[in-house]
Amino acid sequence: MTETTNQLQTTPSQTVGPFFAIGLPWEDGWLVVPESTPGAFRVEGRVLDGNGDPIPDAIVETWQADPDGRFDHPDDPRGAVPRKDFRGFGRSATDVEGRYGVLTVKPGPLPTGDGGWEAPHLNVSVFCRGMLIRLVTRIYFPDEEANAHDPVLNSIDDPAARNTLIAASAPFGYHFDICLQGEHETVFFDV
Amino acid sequence: MPLDTTTPHYRRDTGSQPPVHWPDYVSNRARSPHRPLTLLPQRLGEITGPLLGEGRVGPDDHDLTVGHDGEPQGQRIIVSGRVLDGDGRPVAGTLLEVWQANAAGRYRHAGDRHPAPLDPNFTGVGRTLTDAEGRYSFTTIQPGAYPWRNHDNAWRPAHIHFSLFGTAFTQRLITQMYFPGDPLFFQDPIFNSVRDPKAREAMIARFDLDSTVPEWALGYQWDIVLRGKNPTPLEDEDDDDD
Repeated sequence: MTETTNQLQTTPSQTVGPFFAIGLPWEDGWLVVPESTPGAFRVEGRVLDGNGDPIPDAIVETWQADPDGRFDHPDDPRGAVPRKDFRGFGRSATDVEGRYGVLTVKPGPLPTGDGGWEAPHLNVSVFCRGMLIRLVTRIYFPDEEANAHDPVLNSIDDPAARNTLIAASAPFGYHFDICLQGEHETVFFDV
Repeated sequence: MPLDTTTPHYRRDTGSQPPVHWPDYVSNRARSPHRPLTLLPQRLGEITGPLLGEGRVGPDDHDLTVGHDGEPQGQRIIVSGRVLDGDGRPVAGTLLEVWQANAAGRYRHAGDRHPAPLDPNFTGVGRTLTDAEGRYSFTTIQPGAYPWRNHDNAWRPAHIHFSLFGTAFTQRLITQMYFPGDPLFFQDPIFNSVRDPKAREAMIARFDLDSTVPEWALGYQWDIVLRGKNPTPLEDEDDDDD
């Protein structure tokens, strides 16, 4: 019963390549919420390679709960909660300086199902030329006491590594660099 | 209470996937992490995902041969198939985005320096949504192979880039569809980064006479499989018919 007979093999991932910009970026991709949203802020940063050089052909996507910690999605066992003017999803191709950015609001915390809570965070996918399969990371907020009890942050023993998942406050919102390799390498997840 | 046994859990299918590190693909060397990946339990943010559809796709976006003053150069083809999850269930209403080189192997992108002609009648970008049975169809032209600088005399096999969301963050997939019998497979580090021969084969479309339109366009069939859900006790009861 555990190994279902008709399981299909997942189609392999392949690189997004250098020329995805002809089709993948959307004009409104960076708008997780509309520009007029009260309290909206930018999350911005650079995607850097192992030499510390900016990656100008990367695309960053974000996925997050709404400010109440809910999703407009049928698989959320608490029920889908539509929210006007909230897409939850952001997509931003990097510029020549490797910079990406989305406009959003802070998500609510998420119940883990065993009585705990995940602190507010964005789930992030990174794609670029040179990468055969996406890298997944998370953006947490620096001003959240809930970070101390977050099971994902707490699963990372090395404090320096854990800190790579926490954005820095900035005049425009929050700054979060994604370092693919090297001394300041961001923590990436097997999801 | 959230996250009970009815909550989906997506199977890891790492055997079918390329590795994070693949130095044969030279630009991978500085763009892949050295630290091992950290296991992320699948919770609410991983089993949900953007359900993008309506409003993202224009009426002609599935036909890459229209929308210009004239017809593009090259062999007209129809690429169709189904999007399924790893349990064989159709993924309905999901967004597919495609992009590709023109018949001469040139992308409409400022960074593409291949000295092959651009085609004023071909942009190479398409979008569509799957229907209730997970079916999709694009009309386009056969893309050309093109040289790149990965190694001496390196050429990419002809391919079309596909981007899919499925219904969960865990299912997000960007991949490439290849054409049967391409003589360039053997030297391509991107295609060969997938080590399982069966999985590699699954990236190659099948020529299909049934979807070939007489005196118009060649038909290719290509099904795409997104990650499946782990069976749970409840699902086993429901799925007992196999």
